Amino acid sequence: MLTIAGKTFRSRLFTGTGKFSSSRIMEEALLASGSEMVTVALRRVDLANPADDIMSVLDRDRFFFLPNTAGARNAAEAVRLAKLAQASGGGNWVKLEVTPDPRTLLPDPVETLAATEELVKAGFVVLPYMNADPILALRLQDAGAAAVMPLGSPIGTNQGVLTRFQVAIIIEQARVPVVVDAGIGAPSHAAEAMEMGADAVLVNTAIAVAGDPVRMAVAFAKAVEAGREAYEAGLGARKSEAEASSPQGGLDFLR
Amino acid sequence: MMTITCNGEPRKIEREMSVEELMRSLGLNPETVVAELDGRILSRPEYAETRLADGATLELIRFVGGG
Repeated sequence: MLTIAGKTFRSRLFTGTGKFSSSRIMEEALLASGSEMVTVALRRVDLANPADDIMSVLDRDRFFFLPNTAGARNAAEAVRLAKLAQASGGGNWVKLEVTPDPRTLLPDPVETLAATEELVKAGFVVLPYMNADPILALRLQDAGAAAVMPLGSPIGTNQGVLTRFQVAIIIEQARVPVVVDAGIGAPSHAAEAMEMGADAVLVNTAIAVAGDPVRMAVAFAKAVEAGREAYEAGLGARKSEAEASSPQGGLDFLR
Repeated sequence: MMTITCNGEPRKIEREMSVEELMRSLGLNPETVVAELDGRILSRPEYAETRLADGATLELIRFVGGG
């Protein structure tokens, strides 16, 4: 069981709700994933489509909503979005995202730290999306972040855990849960992060844009479970030289 | 007749109404929409209590799919 800020989760797969081709496929995929925490964004209501409401699709008793601040370019915008999410009945949890550069969508560490400090003071449970910087992870923990969410690779790139070396240090030093977020493009990437000891992974694009999002959600659920099981079982050490699996003795009869 | 700015667009309002009445007239469920009026976030009970004034700037925001 994973615990973040006193709330427990059986599933270590968190899922995003963007980019699905229809509400029905999103709901089926999220149910199939077994995920208990889903991220949502905040936007102006499209007044031409008043009935297009994600809250009428997803059961909040089944899914814990984690509102994000996606689209914020600085701390002030992120804080404003977090307060709007809270007023929308989104609770006091927030996935803090501050991404000033639309080309890379990389998170701004200075603004993210400032917004974390402000939101923690305001009583929010803050899960900051961050570059895989071990020192920044410590600073965010010290500021009161309930978890840290280092990126595997940039959002939506499906490139996998390119930040493996830094993520390993973050996990080793963390006193709060580590959720590897962004860039996880295949179940093997999710398993890799979990084998390293990540507490959870957050996947959106890889499921939403799959040929069959429902089956891909199942595949991710299995990979996350397998990776966690392997981590808890204890992986064998990597070696640079071969070490035979079969006995070396008992071959006299050949020679 | 008065004009407000709703989600960045000018919108004519025939008669005096509350934020909640406007939401319903737009086909929105007030339970799932958050309102920011002239830069201030309204609490849910304020939707029915707050009248829209001429020239007001209203943002209607809600959750959408996101990562």
